[in-house]
Amino acid sequence: MTRLTTRVLTLALLAVLAAPLLAPPPTTAQGTPIKIGFLAPMSGAFAQVGKDMLNGTELYLDEIGRQVGGRKIELIVEDDEGTPAAALTKSRKLVDQDKVHVLTGGQLANVGYALQPFIDGSGIPATYPVIAADDITQRKPAKWIVRTGWSTSQPMHPFAEWTIKNTKYRKVAAVAMDYAFGYETVGGFQHVFEEQGGQIVQKVWVPLNTNDFAPFVAQIRRDADAVLVLFTGRLALQFLKQYQEAGLQGKLPILSGGTTTDESVLPSMGDEALGVISALHYSQALDLPANQKFAKAFETKAGKISSYYSEATYTNMRWIVEAIKMVSGKVEDRAALLAALRKVDIKDTARGPISIDAYGNPIQNIYVRKVERVGGRLQNTVIATIPSVSQFWTYKPEDYLKLPLYTRDYPPCKHCQ
Amino acid sequence: MRAAFWITQTFNGLSYGALLFLLASGLSLIFGVMRIVNLAHGSYFLLGGYIGLSVIWRTGSFPLALVGGAVAVALIGIGMERIFLRRLGTQTLGQVLMTIGFALIFQDLALLIWGGDPYSLPLPPALSGVLTVGELRFPRYRIFILALAAVIGAGLWLALDRTRVGAMIRAAVDDAEMAAGVGIRVPTISMGVFALGAFLAALGGVIGGGFLGVYPGLDFEILPYAFVVVIVGGLGSLPGAMVGSLLVGLLDNFGKALFPELAYFTLFAPMALILALRPTGLFGRT
Amino acid sequence: MIPRRVVAGLGAAALAALVAPALSAYPLTLLTQAAIIAILAMSLDVLLGYTGLPSLGHAAYFGVAAYAVGILTVDYQCSFLTCLVVGVALATLTAAIFGLLAIRAAGTYFLMITLALGMVVWGLAFRWVSMTKGDNGIAGVPRPELGLPWSLSLPLPFFYFALTATVVAWALLGLLVRSPFGMGLQGIRESETRMRALGYNVWLHKYLAFVIAGAFAGFAGVFWAYYNGFVSPVDVQLVTSVETLLMVALGGPGTLAGPALGATLIVFLKNFVSVYTKRWLLILGAVYIGVILFAPQGVLGAFKRRSA
Repeated sequence: MTRLTTRVLTLALLAVLAAPLLAPPPTTAQGTPIKIGFLAPMSGAFAQVGKDMLNGTELYLDEIGRQVGGRKIELIVEDDEGTPAAALTKSRKLVDQDKVHVLTGGQLANVGYALQPFIDGSGIPATYPVIAADDITQRKPAKWIVRTGWSTSQPMHPFAEWTIKNTKYRKVAAVAMDYAFGYETVGGFQHVFEEQGGQIVQKVWVPLNTNDFAPFVAQIRRDADAVLVLFTGRLALQFLKQYQEAGLQGKLPILSGGTTTDESVLPSMGDEALGVISALHYSQALDLPANQKFAKAFETKAGKISSYYSEATYTNMRWIVEAIKMVSGKVEDRAALLAALRKVDIKDTARGPISIDAYGNPIQNIYVRKVERVGGRLQNTVIATIPSVSQFWTYKPEDYLKLPLYTRDYPPCKHCQ
Repeated sequence: MRAAFWITQTFNGLSYGALLFLLASGLSLIFGVMRIVNLAHGSYFLLGGYIGLSVIWRTGSFPLALVGGAVAVALIGIGMERIFLRRLGTQTLGQVLMTIGFALIFQDLALLIWGGDPYSLPLPPALSGVLTVGELRFPRYRIFILALAAVIGAGLWLALDRTRVGAMIRAAVDDAEMAAGVGIRVPTISMGVFALGAFLAALGGVIGGGFLGVYPGLDFEILPYAFVVVIVGGLGSLPGAMVGSLLVGLLDNFGKALFPELAYFTLFAPMALILALRPTGLFGRT
Repeated sequence: MIPRRVVAGLGAAALAALVAPALSAYPLTLLTQAAIIAILAMSLDVLLGYTGLPSLGHAAYFGVAAYAVGILTVDYQCSFLTCLVVGVALATLTAAIFGLLAIRAAGTYFLMITLALGMVVWGLAFRWVSMTKGDNGIAGVPRPELGLPWSLSLPLPFFYFALTATVVAWALLGLLVRSPFGMGLQGIRESETRMRALGYNVWLHKYLAFVIAGAFAGFAGVFWAYYNGFVSPVDVQLVTSVETLLMVALGGPGTLAGPALGATLIVFLKNFVSVYTKRWLLILGAVYIGVILFAPQGVLGAFKRRSA
């Protein structure tokens, strides 16, 4: 290697090593803005979700002119790469170096759990708009985190009751992704379904890196009345197609967790998605005036229809801004800001009315939706609304929390063979 | 277990194996001739799928998507080989690292160009739907995959076995020095085989697009499958890739259907077996 | 006469130790990460740089030890010493078992088999939910209580703690690679047939290198679990193994200090570049290709050659 290359290399080396150590914390010229730290996967396999989340956030901020009460709002976006370690590192940067006043974002459950000790340890007000892992607001509630999104089993409890009341399905086979999001979805449904006379007769868990679903579809019990599924992203896309190919569409109706037909994947689907009934706290086709306005604005901004990820962060940002208004812009008082975040109560968000329960999770409407083709494109038509659903459904929190968290083996599959 | 279950599962396993054959045969051949381990092979699969998607979105033609995706990636492969890999000779580590570097670049470029949403390749009506025989259902697309892979496999075999070029390739695989000694232009052969390998992988990617979909992360998810096929079949052997891919497809499918609790590990069972019995693969050379 | 490299290495560590108190929490966090990952990279160097065996599954041993710490501290409140011993022991055991399968294969097969074995551990991390909590990961790993006057929950004391571990690992590995055993490994890297002809038990050398590399990867994994306070399947995924391989290549295989430097560079590059652009993966890939083309012996290797 030549001398010149060596010199260049040395300089480059020193620059890379020195830069983060020497970089001054970013400051603005005019006054002190309110700083909001935003974490989402911006690279890697989940980058599209991160983009949706960012678009929802920015849509709201642009609508209010990026300022509240005369103070500018500065959004600092960091890539958590979809891994807990990167999320922790970037959170440290946001909190310790950038000195944000509130932290928000995150997508995956393990990121949510990983950040909890750091957030509580730093005493920084934080909101989770998307992370739905049940336990974060249940058996180990974080002091400084307010969820503005949902918890995984929250829609499934009322969905199970709706199924008992509105269909004849009493024997249901479950096919879901083999991780906590799947366990909590199936568990929530099973809990209420079996209490009201239904039976879960099978549980098929599908590994996250599956590409051929044939062996799993083959196992589904054909004597069930319906199938409960939970998939996200490309797995939802492929599963429904292969389900149709196996001849089961129409023969074995599908009930589903809401993400399976979320608008982030629905446009890429075809007839195989028709008729799927799911439950979630949102649908892009919800005809509330606030949603119609939001959906239109989002589609104009992002060039695609709003998924639950984008509505979640849009409403989340509105939530944070309302809390800031409540403390008259004095975001430096962290305890006050946290208290305000818990007290916000909005009746007209894009998904309907939301308030926060004592554990930091929203109480909101749950919508039962059915996939239909309207005006040439697929949508989740809302066929039922169950109002004011909390994460504990109709149970008293103390009783509910005595039960274990829904896992792979809980509730036990008593009717499985 | 009813006969229907066994027949359907065998069919599913074979059709999946057919797709793996397209992916893995290229990897195996490239190694056979050039002793290069191409860790960007999964990326070729992915890029083939994405380019095929773009072609079919623009032209609506499935055959054009197949050809377009495969040819485009073959050209990328040639570029990679001529400009970059050629300088490395046969040092394994250098190849591994350089091809990983390319894999990272391709992954990010794909994200930049096509975004992060998952897609399914739209299929022509002739290949959609299901062929019903009694109570058995055979998706037409899977039949197509089987048929196409069989034709390509046969074609490759005949080409290697009966043509002059094939003989030159086999000579280069056996002993590159001797082959060069008798006047075979080994560098040209190498480049051709590399292009062929990339072509096959990308073809697999376009076809896979209608079956597994195309999405970020597919490149590194599919790579272990290619590796296991090659470990089982033996590096550098076309019959090895054929047998290996069918075996892996069948074992993986049956394993997941019969032993759902071990679904994460069914891919590695055939590999562990081969390692215990024949470390260089069924048709590999010691 | 103290060798130059010992002076250089200790000097670098001393410099880091002196500069640390002046740094704010975030750069200190990056340095701590770099110190721990440096141990992982050095462990892989034993296998890759000194013995010539490229492994794509090295994160497995790193993760096994991290999970051991996670499970033992959260469920059983074990002390640091117990966790350290059990973590390293489990990593060593895993390497011992996997080594039997992997060392059977040579060259390219070895690469592919280590990848597959790494994926087996990843599958276990996902599937064995009762132990590993699956995809959710294990949260709440507390910092060790060593009875020191400074709490390891604070960034600066923990940095010194990690730095000590790095220096210890570097010293031990340094002794290893300069011993007759280490010389044997380098000979095997150059030519296995020649070593066999000289009467060396090549298989045993390779196997022991594999196991020792796994043990030190486990050592890194223990500190990683304490540092993050969290363990998840991400710690054992393919991408982690690939990044470790790249750190060794970037820094200079076969120099021990090189991979430590490579680890530091990658940690800083990742975090620095991703602040300014979403395309940091692309830049990283380009950096690797550049290194292989223009400095195939890695950064330190290039400097070594110049001074030789």
